[in-house]
Amino acid sequence: MAIPEQLIICEHCDCVYQRVALAPHQKTLCVRCGAVLQRYNGLTVQQRLALSVAAAVLWLFANAYPVMSISLQGLKNSATLWDSVLALSQGPITFIAMVAAISIIIAPAFQVLLLIWVLGYALAERRSPAFKLCMRGLETLRPWSMLEVCLLGAMVAVFKLAGMLDVLPGIGLLALAALSLLMIRIAGRDIRDLWDTP
Amino acid sequence: MNRPATASELGLCLCHSCGLACDMRGEPQYCPRCDAPLHRRKIDSLNRTWAYLLAGLAFYVPANLLPVMNTTMLGSGADSTIMSGVLEFWQHGAWDIALIIFIASIAVPGIKFVVLSLLLITVQRGSAWARPERSKLYRFVELIGYWSMLDVLVVALVAALVKFQALSDIEPRVGILFFGLVVVFTMLSAMSFDPRLIWDNPRAQERMDEADSH
Repeated sequence: MAIPEQLIICEHCDCVYQRVALAPHQKTLCVRCGAVLQRYNGLTVQQRLALSVAAAVLWLFANAYPVMSISLQGLKNSATLWDSVLALSQGPITFIAMVAAISIIIAPAFQVLLLIWVLGYALAERRSPAFKLCMRGLETLRPWSMLEVCLLGAMVAVFKLAGMLDVLPGIGLLALAALSLLMIRIAGRDIRDLWDTP
Repeated sequence: MNRPATASELGLCLCHSCGLACDMRGEPQYCPRCDAPLHRRKIDSLNRTWAYLLAGLAFYVPANLLPVMNTTMLGSGADSTIMSGVLEFWQHGAWDIALIIFIASIAVPGIKFVVLSLLLITVQRGSAWARPERSKLYRFVELIGYWSMLDVLVVALVAALVKFQALSDIEPRVGILFFGLVVVFTMLSAMSFDPRLIWDNPRAQERMDEADSH
């Protein structure tokens, strides 16, 4: 039997394939169910680490600066991501504030930190301490990180309020937009490639 | 049917955490590479998927009937539900925003209920009907799953911004809690479903066919 590391099992229908080397823009599909098996990812460890550090900085900006501010007859107000979590936390609906906090603040933060930790060691060609735990953490966090949904939500909120008062998008919104695009690139499942490097 | 061998035929098992093809000859409990628990199929997949789905469906009713936020303008307050928010945008000519909210908040959960029930029922009947299409449907449901959080985040932002006491104030209402629960439960439901079950029965069938032909 072939070496397990060179086999791919389709997670949608259990078919077994040999791993192949891909050229840019190529991907492999399962012949039975059509699921994507492999997708080309041209990023080196260095580039991934650089993008992760950039993501960390963007996360700080997205959280430190207001996502948007409004003004109504001379009164001004602005809100950060954390303010919007707090707005949900009052009364009997506190639970949903926790879900929102995880999906737009906590999960992305942990993803970025784990990526920097794991990739930092990978750059020195070493496995980080608690490598298995970190990699499984990244896998668990992925579905609960919803930055791109938050971005669309912020844009809908702009339109919703624009009818009744003046709305100004803030630095936080720009950072959020950049961060959500970056996360799609770096926190996808091709981080699993790190398992193959010693 | 001409297809590659499957993992169970080769005595392999996919690790869901790191993607390793694990050799099941020694009946290992954990993935040798990442230590995640191994199982050939997700544990109790059908029951869990049904349970989460029905829980989500139960919350879908109050999520749509109860107000999700309250807008106070110059002393007079008004509750709005998700559908009334959509209608408001529609009436003001912002049909594109209305459509985004309608798709994310009402259509997506609805599609998930229908598709997951369809997948569960066909799997339970051992149906061989349209397998590649059903696989595709499952991937579609996984993909659209979390976009329903949209309304929760919109309400959160809007409520955090509009805080001018007597002049104008927006507060979240209990409907948004049920709405968030619908999203969480339908996501858990989709995660519990094992798409390999769609393909499972035919193999027994094929093996029987083979036995017959010998």
